[in-house]
Amino acid sequence: MSLNQFTGDALSEWMKGDGPESDIVISSRIRIARNLKDYPYPMLATNQQSQEVLDQLSAVLENEELETISNFSLVPLSRLNELERMVLVEKHLISPNLVNESRNGAVILSENESISIMINEEDHLRIQCLCPGFQIKEAWDLANQIDDIFESQLDYGYDEKRGYLTSCPTNVGTGIRASVMMHLPALVLTQQINRILSAVTQVGLTVRGLYGEGSEALGNLFQISNQITLGQSEEEIIDNLFSVARQIIEHERAARHKLMQESKMRITDRVNRSLGILSHAAIMDSKEAAQRLSDVRLGIDLEIIKDLSSNILNELLVMTQPGFLQMNAGEKLSAEERDVRRAELIRQRFGRF
Amino acid sequence: MICQECGKRPATLHFTKIINGEKTEFHICEACAREKGEMIPGTSNGFSIHNLLSGLLDFDPSSMASAKPQTIRCEHCGLTYSQFSKLGRFGCDSCYKSFSDKLDPLFKRVHGNTVHVGKVPKRSGGLIQYKREIETLKKEMMTRIELEEFEQAAKIRDQIRDLEKKIAGA
Repeated sequence: MSLNQFTGDALSEWMKGDGPESDIVISSRIRIARNLKDYPYPMLATNQQSQEVLDQLSAVLENEELETISNFSLVPLSRLNELERMVLVEKHLISPNLVNESRNGAVILSENESISIMINEEDHLRIQCLCPGFQIKEAWDLANQIDDIFESQLDYGYDEKRGYLTSCPTNVGTGIRASVMMHLPALVLTQQINRILSAVTQVGLTVRGLYGEGSEALGNLFQISNQITLGQSEEEIIDNLFSVARQIIEHERAARHKLMQESKMRITDRVNRSLGILSHAAIMDSKEAAQRLSDVRLGIDLEIIKDLSSNILNELLVMTQPGFLQMNAGEKLSAEERDVRRAELIRQRFGRF
Repeated sequence: MICQECGKRPATLHFTKIINGEKTEFHICEACAREKGEMIPGTSNGFSIHNLLSGLLDFDPSSMASAKPQTIRCEHCGLTYSQFSKLGRFGCDSCYKSFSDKLDPLFKRVHGNTVHVGKVPKRSGGLIQYKREIETLKKEMMTRIELEEFEQAAKIRDQIRDLEKKIAGA
């Protein structure tokens, strides 16, 4: 299997189908952090120790049960050049941390890229499952199943009182981070977003931008995830996130409805202006691209724009990232060159040159 | 609560730092926290969860009592508690035992809890599962006794004995 498979397409296979509530929830993700017993965590592991961890974890690929889930490929980071690494980060298949700090880092990817298992990141093992739309419970079932398979062959670091032991104190206990990526333009436009997000943080959840810790909520995309991993069971964590996300979906729907009732002309104008700019601009920075793409996506969901699929926007969100632009161009590009390329690419996708 | 820096966004980060008994509180949003990285205890110019944690880790009630805090070191990986506070990360499983005395206040602050109640690994966790059940049953037994439902309590007592036998036999 060639590596090109994973870096060529902007959209992973799993992203191409629509999931439930996909007009608002882009994707649902579960990440499980685990460590092998008796080995120092990757931060302190020697080269030999992290190699042993890599060997032990990749041996699980031979497991027959794992084979029934999908075909998997092991990709050592050392086999990737700088741009390929960047592209995998932009597709959320690996974390920036794995690229920057890992020794003997590797990723195991399922054929459709919905499962990515990082080795020697902050923890020895990080199992990530992604599902399109609002399928957080399904993502948990899958991740839990994979966790069971690894656990049947390996001894994890586990403590009776603290649960699964992890490198960072924020992950100890269940080791799970459950998150849903939501597109909430109407809540932003109607200025309800702050109120809702502050309510969310009061029930043990946290909100981040598209690219995780510390990133901005570009293009009205918000990632909502659990903050607490100790003292709540996995099911409680997921149920809590599920019901809060469900309520946010309802609020966003109501806000969209209200916008269409009270300011249809203004919202139509905004959507079409953005479509016009995306179709004709010669220079487009990433921030503006994200905002305009968000407007167009809203326009599609509200049926103001009828001849476009929202998949094109999912794809463009990834394709207009620096790594992808440079991969496409086949060379390194300056920020200005990227802005020109980005505009060109978007024009092409919208069928205008 | 609104961010005390920008006065617009909701404050999502709340810290209390205590130095020599002097308490300072911060309530800020993530955007301002990033911009004003230097105002957060323990950060220099970058902002990350680990920097943030090190602010929390400085919180140490025992160090207020003794002027010279002892250096605690994990015997297995060699990480000292002060390195842990700076990095915000453990070095190995044993760190959890080595720093055990100091972890409850930290976990309480981060998670609001100190004890895991979730998944138990099947291979190494069989006995833990039984122990968990026993704890739950004991609580239930006490409730039954208080309610003077002695027949029910006796049944639960027998269940506890069965589980204890399983543990002894394992």
